[in-house]
Amino acid sequence: MDLIGKKEFNFIKNRKIAYLISVVIILVGLISIIFQGFNFGIDFAGGTLVQIRFDKPVTTAEVRNVLGEFNLSQSTIQKLSDNEFVIRVGKISSDQRMEILNAFKEKLTDLKVLRVETVGPVIGENLKKLAFYALLFAFIGIILYITVRFEFKFSIISILALCHDCLIVLGIFSLLQKEITISIIAAVMTIIGYSINNTIVILDRLRENIKFKTREPFENLVNMSINQSLSRTINTALTTIIPILTLYFFGGNILSDFALALFIGMVAGTYSSIFIASPLLLEWNKIFQKHQRNTIISVKKGKK
Amino acid sequence: MNWTKTLRVASVFVVIFIAIFLSFPLTEKINLGLDLQGGSHVILECVDTPNAPVDNDMVNRVLEIIRNRIDQLGVSEPVIQRQGPTRILVQLPGVEDPEAAVDLIGKTALLEFKDEEGETQLTGAHLINAKSSFDQFSRSIVLIEFDKIGAKEFGDATKSNVGKTLAITLDGKEISAPVVQEPILDGKAQITGKFTVDSAKHLAILLRAGALPVKVEILENRSIGPTLGRDSISKGIKAGIVGLILILIFMLIYYKGFGLIADFALVVCMILIVGALAGLKATLTLPGIAGMILTIGMAVDANILIFERIKEELKLEKTFRASIDAGFNKAFRTIFDANVTTLIAALALFYFGSGFIKGFAVTLSIGILASMFTAIVVTKIILEVVAVKFNSKALL
Repeated sequence: MDLIGKKEFNFIKNRKIAYLISVVIILVGLISIIFQGFNFGIDFAGGTLVQIRFDKPVTTAEVRNVLGEFNLSQSTIQKLSDNEFVIRVGKISSDQRMEILNAFKEKLTDLKVLRVETVGPVIGENLKKLAFYALLFAFIGIILYITVRFEFKFSIISILALCHDCLIVLGIFSLLQKEITISIIAAVMTIIGYSINNTIVILDRLRENIKFKTREPFENLVNMSINQSLSRTINTALTTIIPILTLYFFGGNILSDFALALFIGMVAGTYSSIFIASPLLLEWNKIFQKHQRNTIISVKKGKK
Repeated sequence: MNWTKTLRVASVFVVIFIAIFLSFPLTEKINLGLDLQGGSHVILECVDTPNAPVDNDMVNRVLEIIRNRIDQLGVSEPVIQRQGPTRILVQLPGVEDPEAAVDLIGKTALLEFKDEEGETQLTGAHLINAKSSFDQFSRSIVLIEFDKIGAKEFGDATKSNVGKTLAITLDGKEISAPVVQEPILDGKAQITGKFTVDSAKHLAILLRAGALPVKVEILENRSIGPTLGRDSISKGIKAGIVGLILILIFMLIYYKGFGLIADFALVVCMILIVGALAGLKATLTLPGIAGMILTIGMAVDANILIFERIKEELKLEKTFRASIDAGFNKAFRTIFDANVTTLIAALALFYFGSGFIKGFAVTLSIGILASMFTAIVVTKIILEVVAVKFNSKALL
């Protein structure tokens, strides 16, 4: 069985369409990030989150009404099932929380508190800083590694692909106003670490091809490399996405946004390594080697 | 089979057996994080107030008092640690009602007796005992007992307030305001408030352990009830098993004989991960489970890389044996690079991450190492052994 078959796809000819798709998605995301920003979860924004299970089914409106009595009707209320809710409010004291819970008990029905998370503004700021450092460290670490192991050119292209993937995930999360929590940062970092591989595999293949097939024009070599790695790229993406999807559907609400971020990142990463990264290498060569078209060979030597 | 090969096969089995040995019985060997077994993770900060500035001794006394309170709650294996100059980390695993427990830890618990003018007559500083009990109407009450100095002060306070109310307040909030009938000189008193059995018990604990000398604020509190923890475990296991089965089927259909080998390697990889978690006494958190599930997908990646390479080599009309070697050699570099970059990300997450997310970094790292080992060692040995008995046709 071979999903891809022996078909040769012309990725290079249609690369402009791929660029356009990516640019549009990223632009929409960026506009959303600039104008509506991120919906930071309590990890970063501070505040209190309570997950409760009522004894009987309750509507979101009823929950909101009770919260309204405490001037908290603007709180985020997420309905998980007929009787289970996650409520996010700003900073409230534990006494206030008790009062609210008692109000729920009196006005609605008896309930069980499943989870309470309170993050003070100091810790929130601290976590923001840590998350930023973590992202920075991962980015720099990976870039350094790629630069040492491969050519400078490769690392620049890989970074562009990485930024592409991260921007798409963050943009979509801003667009959907999904909460940015520590888990989402962890997902983005996993994507950074993982999705760079697909890019490298194809670039690596290109390097091999350049060495052995010196007569082919560069365009054909790029296209050939993408095609040769295609079944591998798609299969590894599939096998990674399958568990992520089971995590999304069966893993419970605490992990579903985490799984969603991973899913978007994996799809974006696979897309960028096939349609964006290698074609970009072609653009690079066009820009920097226009005047020395016949010396393609000089770029081909890997560092090994 | 030559003897080096036999040795390698044997060592693989030894590794697998060690992993299995380390991880049984599973429920005892795997440490569950607070988010899975239920419990509280709290960070407290001692805050300066004009009356009570914070210094090193104060923080240590707070630590001691909190430890006392928690001991009396009967929590098994709590963590109570100082973090930096003014912060205290408290972890209470397996508490049935984490909220109440946290409430108990952060309370200042300053007991005061105030006259009608609101003047403080005496505090709980000279208490020697406090316990919950019931009065003749079987209402919950708290019985307190003062030491000699306290008894004297209490006697004076009651003497000068006969016929008036002497309010009892905790952290400035009135618990009850009884009218003093006659002077109490034996240093024993009872507090009757609107107590439940539990709240009387908690107040007694607070009074016995003493009031905190400085103001303490809760900076961070993550409390998960045991119900949600159990729920998370069963959902995580379900997601993992469904994911695993789907991957096993996918590999079998797509790569046939090769797929069967990859499936075997994947199962070995999972055994190794669990063994490593148990052996390292790592704590498994919910994000940790997510990391394991993610590893299921990443672990077969290496095998896919290898098989695709071997297939290509076979197309060049090489022998099966030569194709295996060439495939492995060419795939190795890619596998290595791919895993190193993910490992860098996991490392950054471990170093800068906080709380439960560290668990994700741990299982992800262990998963990456285990999957590299299984792909490069286990898969290779199986292929070599198989290559002697069958030709490549049997696997494709």
